Amino acid sequence: MGIQFGDVVFYRRVDKGIRDQFMRSAVRAAQERMRTSRLRAAEELGDWEEWRRLGEEIRRHTLEHLDYYLEQLSDRVHALGGHVFFAQTAEEATSYIRDVVQKRDARRIVKSKSMVTEEISLNDVLEAIGCRVVETDLGEYILQVDDHDPPSHIVGPSVHKDRERIRRVFAEKLGYTGSAEPEEMTAFVRQQLRPDFLTAEVGITGCNFAVAESGTVCLVTNEGNGRLVTSLPPVHIAVMGMERIVPTWEELEVMVGLLCRSAVGQKLTSYINCLTGPKAAGDVDGPEEFHLVIIDNGRSDILGTEFQSVLQCIRCGACLNVCPVYRHIGGQAYGSIYSGPIGAVLSPLLGGEDLYRELPYASSLCAACTEACPVNIPLHDLLIRHRQKTAEEKRQSPLGERLAMKAFGMVAESPRLYRWGTKLARTALLPWEEDGVIRQGPGPLQPWTSIRDLPSPERETFREWFENRRKRGERP
Amino acid sequence: MIYNREAFLERIARKLGRPRISEPVKRPSHWKHGPQWRTLAGATPEELLSVFERQCRMIHTDVRRTESSSLPDVLLETIRSYDGKSVICSDDPRFAEFGLSSLFATQDNPYGLDVHIWNPEKGKINIERAEQADVGIAISDITLAESGTVVLMSGGGKGRSVSLLPRYFIAIVPLSTLVPRMTQAARMIRERIERGEAIPSSVNFISGPSNSADIEMNLVVGVHGPVKATCIVVTDR
Ligand code: SF4
Repeated sequence: MGIQFGDVVFYRRVDKGIRDQFMRSAVRAAQERMRTSRLRAAEELGDWEEWRRLGEEIRRHTLEHLDYYLEQLSDRVHALGGHVFFAQTAEEATSYIRDVVQKRDARRIVKSKSMVTEEISLNDVLEAIGCRVVETDLGEYILQVDDHDPPSHIVGPSVHKDRERIRRVFAEKLGYTGSAEPEEMTAFVRQQLRPDFLTAEVGITGCNFAVAESGTVCLVTNEGNGRLVTSLPPVHIAVMGMERIVPTWEELEVMVGLLCRSAVGQKLTSYINCLTGPKAAGDVDGPEEFHLVIIDNGRSDILGTEFQSVLQCIRCGACLNVCPVYRHIGGQAYGSIYSGPIGAVLSPLLGGEDLYRELPYASSLCAACTEACPVNIPLHDLLIRHRQKTAEEKRQSPLGERLAMKAFGMVAESPRLYRWGTKLARTALLPWEEDGVIRQGPGPLQPWTSIRDLPSPERETFREWFENRRKRGERP
Repeated sequence: MIYNREAFLERIARKLGRPRISEPVKRPSHWKHGPQWRTLAGATPEELLSVFERQCRMIHTDVRRTESSSLPDVLLETIRSYDGKSVICSDDPRFAEFGLSSLFATQDNPYGLDVHIWNPEKGKINIERAEQADVGIAISDITLAESGTVVLMSGGGKGRSVSLLPRYFIAIVPLSTLVPRMTQAARMIRERIERGEAIPSSVNFISGPSNSADIEMNLVVGVHGPVKATCIVVTDR
């Protein structure tokens, strides 16, 4: 699938998102629930700010010494009898994995949820050589069965689907005859997948964190599919983004705690599985062959830039759960496997600016994401920097702005609105403002604010944006 | 094998604007005094136990408490409550220490249980038996009070599948294994590494039964692994 999915332009995706009533209410409900449990979990922990600073410090330190820790990690894995492949590009990674699979003459592959394998389109490559690749995380499985519907949330990829839809898909594709009760459908999936786990020749996982000192790969799941994928097949391939590393078990513990609390509001998820090398002598279950694939794929270009802190991300999804824009448009509208505020920052960096130039505009800059982030990534600052960069680099109006303008039907038919925009002043909008955000804009602003919360002019570039366009005498 | 490492790491160093690091990196020392060490610091075993019990209930795990003398009865009762006929357990010398040998007799089991004890020499048969077993039983190596977690270290007779494939999972939790949180467990594992010891190929932190919230955010237990879990806390000191 790659980082990108779909070929519709941003505004159409937004439009589709807004029209999908179920999706919107489901996303809103999921968001609320995850947000509330995260807040409760943080409160229970106490000293949340200190925890966040610790998390940030660990992540920063690791990034600053990334070459050292990766060297240590690879030495350890090698000493344990595992193989380590450093992949600069997606192609290098997928062709190495394809070779491993082909050498074993493997046909049946089980996977546990992993964003980085999506990023490198691994399934496509393996399917092209005749492999059957089964996603075993329930949410991912639902998407896969439903003709590879794109994910809409980093943690809960299928939150946009209701149970009836899932029942229909199971009935159509898998001959399921039961009810739409989650218990019954889950039991059905359990039955479907057990034989796959038991017969698969290769198991593929991501890696939530790798521990440099011991060569350990850590998987955080609730379902236990990560354990099945790494216990039963004879080969385990773990794929990690190069930044997903911590120095020792002591930092691992801190990061895992932050991840579980921020992602799902649990103290720890049901299974934290720490795997060190292939199975040891005398072990029956566990892989006889272990490969760790460490992926750059654009990440090193972020190092040493003003965006470096984005690599601190632990993919907890907390920023999605507080984002008003995500709530309105849903995860699929971002057109990237990385949605929400983190997606808006990361996708242009990893997926190419041209493709995702407009995403940094899908934000109200209300800073809720920055406040929620367990590792203190200044997300809204980074979004502003993206916008500034786009504005500086392109003399003509950036594509994203043009699309956004068209998308919200604001300008083309409305010279009045255009004038409004140029004259926008904080005072004029004060009556509509709430916490620095204009929620229900007046008259002509409505098409815009009904979609996204418009930041007050003084905090945002909306006015400058109109202003610059006017100066250039540009027509939309 | 390690492939393509040099160019990859050189590039990282270059992007970070400095040469490759050759000296070992020191971890910042003030991490030693992070908030993780304060949680439940100074709690008595009894206090830790009540935190553990409360947390287990929150994560849909039954908890029972017993003296070691009545452990066999409590265990048998729990197996029967699951309607368990076939049982798989790890080969852990502590089972004998707890007087469970007759309960786990594999031939002519006096309680009518079909018992398999994980035996590396039997190879894949262990996995098949685990897959067919109603109940898997293991003893916790480290137990985390805060999160209601049992830590299982794999190796030899302690197969990963025992706690994974059967429909029900029972963990025996010796009170002496109880620590405040994951911090202490990580520290213990790290001490082993620092002493140059090998660590198990799989260390599992298990908190409650397998579950998922992927269908309309409804919590459903038992999607892949055990459908139910019980912790039996036994006083061993
Ligand atoms: S940016 Fe922060 S809040 Fe968002 S997913 Fe990453 S770590 Fe979580």
